[in-house]
Amino acid sequence: MIPASFDYVVPRTLQEAVAELVQHGQEAKVLAGGHSLIPLMKLRLSTPSFLVDIGRIENLNYIREDDGHIVIGALTTHHDIELSELLKQKLPLLTSAASQIGDPQVRNRGTIGGASAHADPNGDFPACLLALDAEFTVVGPKGERSIAAKDFFVDTFTSSLEPNEILREIRIATPPPGSRGTYLKFSRRSQDWAIVAVAAQVRVTGHEVTQVAVGLTGMGSRPLRASGVEQALRGKAGHDDELRQAAERAAEGTDPPQDLNGSPDYRHHLARVLTRRALEQVTAHH
Amino acid sequence: MAVSQLIGASIKRREDPELVTGSGDFVDDRSQTALAYLYVVRSTQAHARIDAIETSRAKEASGVLAIWTGKDLMSEFQSPLPVTTSFVPEKKYPNHYPIASDRVRYVGEPVAVVVASSKAAAEDAAERLDIRYQPLPPVLDIEAALKKDAPVLHDDIGSNIAYDVKRTGGDIEAAFRDADVRIKQRIIQQRLIPVAVEGRGVVADYKKFAKTLTVTSSTQIPHFVKIWLGVILGIPESNVRVIAPDVGGGFGSKIRVYPEEILVALASRRLDRPVKWTEDRNENMKATHHGRSQIWDVEIAAKRDGRLLGVRATQYLDLGGYCSQFGTFQAIALLIAQGPYKLPAFDGRGVGVYTNRTPTDAYRGAGRPEATHLIERVMDLVAQEIGMDPVEVRRKNFIAPSEQPFTNLLGLTYDSGDYRITLDKVLELVDYPKFRKEQAEARKRGKYLGIGFCTYLEICGLGPSVATTAAAGIGFWGMSVVNLHFTGKATVIIGSSPHGQGHETTFAQIVANELGLPLEDIDVVHGDTAIGPMGMDTYGSRSASVDGTAVYLSSVKVREKARKIAAHLLEAAEADIVYEDGKAFVKGTPSKAVTIQEITGAAFQPHRLPPDMEGGMEATTFFNPPNFVWPFGAHVAVVEIDGETGATRVVRYVAVDDCGTRINPMVVDGQLHGGIAQGIGQALFEEALYDETGQLRTGTLVDYMIPTAPDLPSFETAATVTPSPTNPLGVKGIGEAGTIASSVAVINAIVDALSPFGVKDVDMPATPEKIWHLMNRNGGTKR
Ligand SMILES: Cc1cc2nc3c(=O)[nH]c(=O)nc-3n(C[C@H](O)[C@H](O)[C@H](O)COP(=O)(O)OP(=O)(O)OC[C@H]3O[C@@H](n4cnc5c(N)ncnc54)[C@H](O)[C@@H]3O)c2cc1C
Repeated sequence: MIPASFDYVVPRTLQEAVAELVQHGQEAKVLAGGHSLIPLMKLRLSTPSFLVDIGRIENLNYIREDDGHIVIGALTTHHDIELSELLKQKLPLLTSAASQIGDPQVRNRGTIGGASAHADPNGDFPACLLALDAEFTVVGPKGERSIAAKDFFVDTFTSSLEPNEILREIRIATPPPGSRGTYLKFSRRSQDWAIVAVAAQVRVTGHEVTQVAVGLTGMGSRPLRASGVEQALRGKAGHDDELRQAAERAAEGTDPPQDLNGSPDYRHHLARVLTRRALEQVTAHH
Repeated sequence: MAVSQLIGASIKRREDPELVTGSGDFVDDRSQTALAYLYVVRSTQAHARIDAIETSRAKEASGVLAIWTGKDLMSEFQSPLPVTTSFVPEKKYPNHYPIASDRVRYVGEPVAVVVASSKAAAEDAAERLDIRYQPLPPVLDIEAALKKDAPVLHDDIGSNIAYDVKRTGGDIEAAFRDADVRIKQRIIQQRLIPVAVEGRGVVADYKKFAKTLTVTSSTQIPHFVKIWLGVILGIPESNVRVIAPDVGGGFGSKIRVYPEEILVALASRRLDRPVKWTEDRNENMKATHHGRSQIWDVEIAAKRDGRLLGVRATQYLDLGGYCSQFGTFQAIALLIAQGPYKLPAFDGRGVGVYTNRTPTDAYRGAGRPEATHLIERVMDLVAQEIGMDPVEVRRKNFIAPSEQPFTNLLGLTYDSGDYRITLDKVLELVDYPKFRKEQAEARKRGKYLGIGFCTYLEICGLGPSVATTAAAGIGFWGMSVVNLHFTGKATVIIGSSPHGQGHETTFAQIVANELGLPLEDIDVVHGDTAIGPMGMDTYGSRSASVDGTAVYLSSVKVREKARKIAAHLLEAAEADIVYEDGKAFVKGTPSKAVTIQEITGAAFQPHRLPPDMEGGMEATTFFNPPNFVWPFGAHVAVVEIDGETGATRVVRYVAVDDCGTRINPMVVDGQLHGGIAQGIGQALFEEALYDETGQLRTGTLVDYMIPTAPDLPSFETAATVTPSPTNPLGVKGIGEAGTIASSVAVINAIVDALSPFGVKDVDMPATPEKIWHLMNRNGGTKR
């Protein structure tokens, strides 16, 4: 339970950090909140010989609205997201997800950038960011580029970040008025990772569902969109039986694992139940 | 003249400020110069021969002081690790040494030790060891162990069966012949991991010239560890000192002499410097013993009117790779499965087996949760079968108070109790009729509420010396020294070794109550074999009734001496002296009193004493209780199940316990809260699982799910008080009752909730997925 030995730098700017990554190549790893990386290092499942601690780079911890987008700095902690007034108003999907991550210690240290880059298929933010069509701004030796959420999460613990790139910011188009979101998480104990969770963002305008996005956690090797549900509901009125029928399609095309927390069958079932409940919740009182 | 207001006072635990502010003194806080660190290299194989351990590359690593394999150390062990009778004198068990030399039998078994100048250096060096195993087929569970062609763990035993014994009473044939109702049920007591908040740790310091060994260990049993360190390493007992400093919980997991205590001491002797080892959580999960791991096959004979006629039960107990020190203690379940009921016949069989998994031993309750689970499931199964309220079935079968002291089918005699009173009280607290109405309402909304009862009776307070010798192979008793200093302050040495139970508070209350000393003048010390006579340490809810009584008796002796001295000082007859609130005076003249402080001062000045009296104010007591104590109670769990997902929450938990006199009700409640949480943990969350190669799959606290505060309801506790006649304080034990009662109360509640689906039993842990399957196995049809 003591990590293998490693060297450690604390760059002051993103450019310095990228330079360190370039210099040390495959041996180097970015350290943010450390709440995924350090446990792996203690178990010696990960043995980087060089850590680039980005924790003291300025201006990476913010939540603001900018030109029709909510932008969140990579070092913003789960705790800051949970308590953000701006997000409570405009993106309650994210505050609701943040409030259900781990325990207070984890939420105080863990960052949205780390949670994204780590690409844990049971992590809570990835499905939300996928449902919200977030854009990931990353910095590398060749400058900045932007990656769409659907291209960002590749596989279990694998994002499309290059080893020498750093995630700087996450951008989400501000949902239009009337769009509502929620994150329903099913786990055995309150602090556990999700067995299955559902992120839903829906807008009902008048008598028509004009926006529907459903993200799934724990249903495969990466976060998924329940596109069958979205198709079934888009353009409908949002009546109870429509929600129910749409939710029945939540498990389509998913390939959830068999592990200590549940069988694929059970996860399919949970995805359907949680999707229906999430849809009911975000369309209530319409 | 015992009871004043201090017995029964909910005083806040005196030990807590230190513990909750991080100022405690745990093994890993102990540091000293030249301290070396030991790392235990453990088997990665469940069952294998060790072909070779190549150490040369590891020995070159920086900071390494020594690396030893089992072969290097074997000649040092003058005895294997201890194994006690523990209710099964018939068992066959192998010699088990602290480290494997040629064969390993569970993942986590020590195979080598690395000693280095730092913990990190030791771990780094360990990675460079090259250990070659020749894998053997593993035996992965009880059923596999019992197979005719199963691989055999211990060649000298010849099979995996450690014992196959009967424990019977009454005419079981007649019971089944006369029965209207016969029910069969299998009950699984899953494998559990004790998870004390502090893992184990050892610091050993052997002094070459003095030939003395001091071992500081996170243990429940410093006195036993002292004896066995001496025996195994060939050191006179007088030269061994064992200290249990603050110990962060045990739950039975620190009740045995462990390999690491021997290995660390040995390393210190070999290297002539102090050596430390502390367990990390991963290590703790596989190297510290596990609990339960049993299968029970039960057959019930009953009358249609609810009367129980007989129970046949086989307890298959998984001992793991070796028989641990109290490994077969869990077989006590066969002696007490009758519970608080009039049972005409019990036909018990106990089978112990070896498997390639971590050894099992006592875990909070040790045999009593299993016995309670059995008989309390029996009550509900009968109730369900004959369509009677489970409360009524219990009432029908209770032993009547007029039958006390009642001798059960296996010859154990209960001390006292009217088992109806806790049940009556708990029913009132839960408002049973109202609950049944709510249950019916909720079902209409797809919420399944259930109520589960457990009216337990348990045996604790180890114990009467003769009886425990028969049962455990060694006589138990209580020990105390109450020693007043010149200024009237008291040091109280106790034989038990608390690790979270609050003895520093409750035992001081006993002394304060008898001597009228202020609590802050009483220092309760424990856990150091150098400070007093041998004690019997802490387990089996024994401390209050046995060592607490010893403390009481020593206090009485001191008070009697104080009266004699007071009589001398006041020039009065001893018979006329009244001792009250820490003062002695001649009856009728309280204004001319001498205080205990003045009396004690006189006790150290021979010229102020009566001519024939020895100086000092000290008394030592060895208390041998005439019987065990038998606490009882009624627990009720209310659960709510989500009809779609199977998610289950305990929404109410009400416990009425009778542990006799409650010295400190707040401490009693604390014990209950923790115990109930652990029992709910077994019912809903916890299970140690292995894969098909014998690797522990639940080796972290992410996968091995202990309950946390938000997963539990706020517990409601209440009490009745039936003093035990077996000790002058009238106390019984409460350390394990919560765990004993709660897992089956929750399971009974779940079965009750799921009764519309025709469910009769559910295996622990009752996970949402299991419950979902139960609700859907008949296509979700409800009865
Ligand atoms: C006990 C516990 C419970 C938890 N429960 C949950 C839970 O319920 N739900 C949940 O979603 N998560 C949970 N987590 C994980 C937690 O959310 C982590 O904080 C998060 O996954 C990683 O964030 P971090 O800042 O700690 O990243 P780190 O651990 O520092 O890094 C994680 C990975 O991301 C890389 N990385 C980090 N930041 C960047 C960046 N800006 N650019 C490029 N690469 C980067 C690192 O190199 C590393 O590979 C839990 C963690 C613990 C310890």
